[in-house]
Amino acid sequence: MSSLQSLDIRRRSATVTQSPSQREATEIAKLIDVSRCIGCKACQAACLEWNDLREEVGVNVGVYDNPHDLTENTWTLMRFTEIDVDGRFEWLIRKDGCMHCADPGCLKACPAPGAIVQYKNGIVDFISENCIGCGYCVKGCPFNIPRISKKDAKAYKCSLCSDRVAVGQAPACAKVCPTQAISFGTKKDMAAWADKRIADLKERGYKSAGLYDPPGVGGTHVMYVLKHADRPQIYAGLPKDPKISPLVEFWKGVTKPLALAGVGLAALIGFFHYVTHGPNEVQAEDEEAAAKARRTPAE
Amino acid sequence: MTNLWADIKNTDLVVIMGGNAAEAHPCGFKWVTEAKHHKKAKLIVVDPRFTRSAAMSDLFIQIRPGTDIAFLGGVIKYLLDNDKLQKEYVLNYTNAAYILRADYKFEDGLFSGYDEAKRDYNRASWEYEFGDDGFVKADTTLQDPRCVFQVMKAHFARYTPEMVERITGAAKDKFLEACKWIAETSAPDKVMTSMYALGWTQHSKGSQNIRTMAMIQLLLGNIGLAGGGMNALRGHSNIQGLTDIGLMSNLIPGYLTLPTDAQADFAAYMRPRGFKPLRPGQTSFWQNYDKFFVSFMKAMWGSAATKENDWAYDYLPKLDVGAYDVLRGWEMMHQGKINGYFCQGFNPLMSFPNRGKLATAMAKLKFLVVMDPLATETSEFWQNHGEHNAVDPAKIQTEVFRLPTTVFAEEDGSLTNSGRWLQWHWKGAEPPAEAITDIEIMAKIFLKVRELYQKEGGAYADPILKLTWDYEKPQHPSAEELARELNGRALADVPDPRDAARLVLRRGQQLNGFGELRNDGTTMCGNWIYSGCWTEAGNQMARRDNSDPGGLGLTPRWAWSWPANRRILYNRASADVKGAPFNPKQKQVWWNGERWTGYDVPDYGPLVKPEASVGPFIMNQEGTARLFTRGMMRDGPFPEHYEPFEAPVANPLHPKVGPNPVARVFKGDMEVFGKAADFPYVATTYRLTEHFHFWSKHVRINAITQPQEFIELGEELAKEKGISSGDLIEVRSNRGRVKAVAVVTKRIKVLKIDGKMVHTVGIPLHWGFTGETKKGFGCNQLTPYVGDANIETPEYKAFLVDVKKLGTTAA
Amino acid sequence: MGSMKITRRGALKLTAASVGASTLTALGFSPAQAQGAVRAFKLERTTETRNTCPYCSVGCGVIMYSVGDRSKNVHGKIIHIEGDPDHPTNRGTLCPKGAGLIDFINAKTRLQYPEYRAPGGKEWKRISWDEAIDKIARHVKADRDKNFITKNADGQTVNRWLTTGFLAASATSNETAWITYKAVRSMGMVVFDNQARV
Repeated sequence: MSSLQSLDIRRRSATVTQSPSQREATEIAKLIDVSRCIGCKACQAACLEWNDLREEVGVNVGVYDNPHDLTENTWTLMRFTEIDVDGRFEWLIRKDGCMHCADPGCLKACPAPGAIVQYKNGIVDFISENCIGCGYCVKGCPFNIPRISKKDAKAYKCSLCSDRVAVGQAPACAKVCPTQAISFGTKKDMAAWADKRIADLKERGYKSAGLYDPPGVGGTHVMYVLKHADRPQIYAGLPKDPKISPLVEFWKGVTKPLALAGVGLAALIGFFHYVTHGPNEVQAEDEEAAAKARRTPAE
Repeated sequence: MTNLWADIKNTDLVVIMGGNAAEAHPCGFKWVTEAKHHKKAKLIVVDPRFTRSAAMSDLFIQIRPGTDIAFLGGVIKYLLDNDKLQKEYVLNYTNAAYILRADYKFEDGLFSGYDEAKRDYNRASWEYEFGDDGFVKADTTLQDPRCVFQVMKAHFARYTPEMVERITGAAKDKFLEACKWIAETSAPDKVMTSMYALGWTQHSKGSQNIRTMAMIQLLLGNIGLAGGGMNALRGHSNIQGLTDIGLMSNLIPGYLTLPTDAQADFAAYMRPRGFKPLRPGQTSFWQNYDKFFVSFMKAMWGSAATKENDWAYDYLPKLDVGAYDVLRGWEMMHQGKINGYFCQGFNPLMSFPNRGKLATAMAKLKFLVVMDPLATETSEFWQNHGEHNAVDPAKIQTEVFRLPTTVFAEEDGSLTNSGRWLQWHWKGAEPPAEAITDIEIMAKIFLKVRELYQKEGGAYADPILKLTWDYEKPQHPSAEELARELNGRALADVPDPRDAARLVLRRGQQLNGFGELRNDGTTMCGNWIYSGCWTEAGNQMARRDNSDPGGLGLTPRWAWSWPANRRILYNRASADVKGAPFNPKQKQVWWNGERWTGYDVPDYGPLVKPEASVGPFIMNQEGTARLFTRGMMRDGPFPEHYEPFEAPVANPLHPKVGPNPVARVFKGDMEVFGKAADFPYVATTYRLTEHFHFWSKHVRINAITQPQEFIELGEELAKEKGISSGDLIEVRSNRGRVKAVAVVTKRIKVLKIDGKMVHTVGIPLHWGFTGETKKGFGCNQLTPYVGDANIETPEYKAFLVDVKKLGTTAA
Repeated sequence: MGSMKITRRGALKLTAASVGASTLTALGFSPAQAQGAVRAFKLERTTETRNTCPYCSVGCGVIMYSVGDRSKNVHGKIIHIEGDPDHPTNRGTLCPKGAGLIDFINAKTRLQYPEYRAPGGKEWKRISWDEAIDKIARHVKADRDKNFITKNADGQTVNRWLTTGFLAASATSNETAWITYKAVRSMGMVVFDNQARV
């Protein structure tokens, strides 16, 4: 039996063996209701605190976003956007971080066995001991989330506090959020709660309010309630229709079984080189989304 | 707060003005989001800039800093003109019907009795007409032209929507939309809550800002009701407690006041404190003043306070001025009249206005004692920190003592939150190295001083020698012992006044509440309003039962709230004249035919029948709330819009009377007020949610989330000045300058004020020269040294600056 | 499976290792380390203490988690602070300041010892508590004896002391406030204020 107890594994990176899967698990989700988010950064603070991470103290570059991007220490970040929407000024504030995709591009791209796992409850977790720091997860992620540490050359991102969830606690960010902009529960309950919030927003005149649970990645275990769900891009570049890069799909779908069948090393080298350094056109949409996410609101 | 944090969920409309709850009080703001979701409440935010509270609002209105009274005065006019009043409430629970003296007047910006030379009013004419029976005259038809209601109507007639727009810059249509939403809460079963903080207090007319909204809430019948009230959010974790316990120049715990020079003895002291009821049959609860006072004196001086020596009356210092508040104190220091200074967990070098003046003043001290857990700028005022603190240590002769204290986690004790809850906390760790508690430090200093007086004698030593100090370990009084003193106990057997054979308390027993206090020396009590916090049943502040009978969020068995564990003040006013709740869906207290009962402790005599016509505002001599405040405020019985001391325009209402005519300005400070010609932009200062004053910049996590000093400019001003986000800029006032990073934003718009385009500059306040963040200058390099006319809160929220670009790359 | 541990990239090495690992797992040798386990829950046997957040006036309840079980030989240390879910106001939530409290307790700039700076001095000097208190008390008495006013110009008894002032905080406990009030008032000090205004 796995030592993971409540977090039995659904799949592992670079591994085709099925994990023991007799037990059923309830899918969980974190719902981020952007309409209730006050951008206080309590989630950022709680994330640093719980995960024992600290950034260097940086500088101000003319915006409220601090640090300025996700890093190996900053697994979640408030992104601020000042924008006129339908003639009304809004200060959009979105908590960025791992979406815990049902169909995780990072895991599919990862060549290190067991460096990325997806638990049955939906959490996608990086197992640092197994990480080789190749950075393919970064390429594989349609949301531009993982970051490679300069200290230990391993990839890091939000674990959805798998250590807390494993003992029946909510992720640190969800628990701390002062305005319940973040809630945590089963994916089903979160969707039902989102419906209520969306109804409230529609009553207040936000006709396009809706849930962000993008099908292109099989849905996510971190979902957003957006006032303007028809235009997710305005929330600091949240991709409208995120998809895993076809290259990653190709590697997972064809190349890997071939590799297992004993395909030549040279071919593999070539392939990895292409994924890491190759032309970007197939990933243009993702790149654009990532660039937008990095862009500061005042620019 | 008249109410409590969780009660905000009961409201229909939240108005955040003069505060920024989402940023400064996020966990309290939670209850706004709850009201929005569960009660479909709306949120209006009125502020000089689009804050993170505004990001959550249904309606945001930008106004020019320092024009709140104009905005709210316009709301009052709207309510009166459109008859949007809670009539039963206004007629019976306020002084609307009372007749005013014929010589009370308001003309050309001044109330009757102004003395220009003294910059003060003779307030005699700001008074009611009294009948032959000694009671105030009233006209319950509200038609008499001299009744408060009619005089108020005339006073606010000038605050038209056009005038509001001209003064504040608020678009007329948005202003009227806000008026409409506010007016809807005049329905007896609808409520609005006012959430405010230092955005209202830090003005030369701060008290009147708050009063104007209080008047609105009275006209709407929203005071005393769940989901209503005037809710001062309050800045620090125990600023409520420190104020309740009277750690201010002129206070005695529980809002009693120090005697003045002219009050030679206890009888003279009590003469103006008779609190005779002004209307027939009223309670006027302050008539118990002597019981509170005598019990306090017994707590201080025990057996040395006797009836014969007027309860040791002479041991108390007397005041020759209203108060030695911080502005007066530091003015004296600046003049070289203060030799020694103690700072207990306070950082005045960054906190008070005009840092240049402060630094000069501190260098004149002989000794400075700083007790703090952190290395504050104040404690290092003598150190050179380059341009951030450009001083020459060799020239500063002050001896400085820096004493390390514990933090919250390393001590037991109670804090009083803004909802008046006293909550006990427990020590969870040992302090680092040699840090000790403030209690221990105060004990050490006091006992050493007392020892010196015992050995050597000296100036008027009795109050020191005879101060009660009967703690088990004198050098280490426990928090428990001190809390028990605050609650008070019987010094002798206390008989029941109605039945002398029956004892209310035995000697030595803890009091159950202030109702048991006596004026004959048989009880002692440190702070009458805290009586009940530690009874014979134990520490009430440590209670942790969060059950909520009634469902209003009152949680009456969680901790303990003053007074008498009452959760919503003035709650009698939540019921109609007959004692039935105005809003049956949110019942608080009601008359059940025999007594007052309900989910809260009634703010009223429990057996007083509704037909007895005792007013619900039992602390007032009138029994009613005051729309007209008589002579209780220095700057007028009604609020009036006065400009900030540094303003971009003349006062549109009365150009000859610009700023508050009675606000105190010291010589030297008036001279360094800037003029609009040199300093064309209006500046305001504020906190950010990532930081807490000058404290969390020492905290790594918070330093990460907001690392460096910045200043916010609107896009229009930035364009004029060629400034982009991230540029290094300089902001100057007539007192100093700040260099910081520019944040150019759409959240601050240029406003049209009295025909002139006026820009607002936003200056967050958190940075200094110690701690984890990048070094900064602090906004008090710029701020003017003038305070509110009543309580001397400095005018941090509205002053004039100029802006200049220094470079393209922030240092 | 120590030999399977992959250290660092480099295309050749990486590829070889990856294939190796993939092949092994395909054959059913699930390496234990590849299973991965979640980080151990760090609060499992910590001691919980209830407290109140010291920052703003909302008065949020917090729970402080410290290592050790308060047994005699263990020096407890707070390692984590989280909102108190039972608290009626914050219901377990906190703001960014509350969420970062652990770094306040452990701030680099926390004062450790009484310190003294002499007139014209450029540095702090560590002194003992006894020395600090002796010197402060001496200053207090000297200034008070010299400047205490018993009667004003009109001969009225006023008993006040104006030349030394005291600023009380606003995050100290009520009990600290009370003992401070007693000490300050008994000396006749009236240049006395707190942080209510700023």
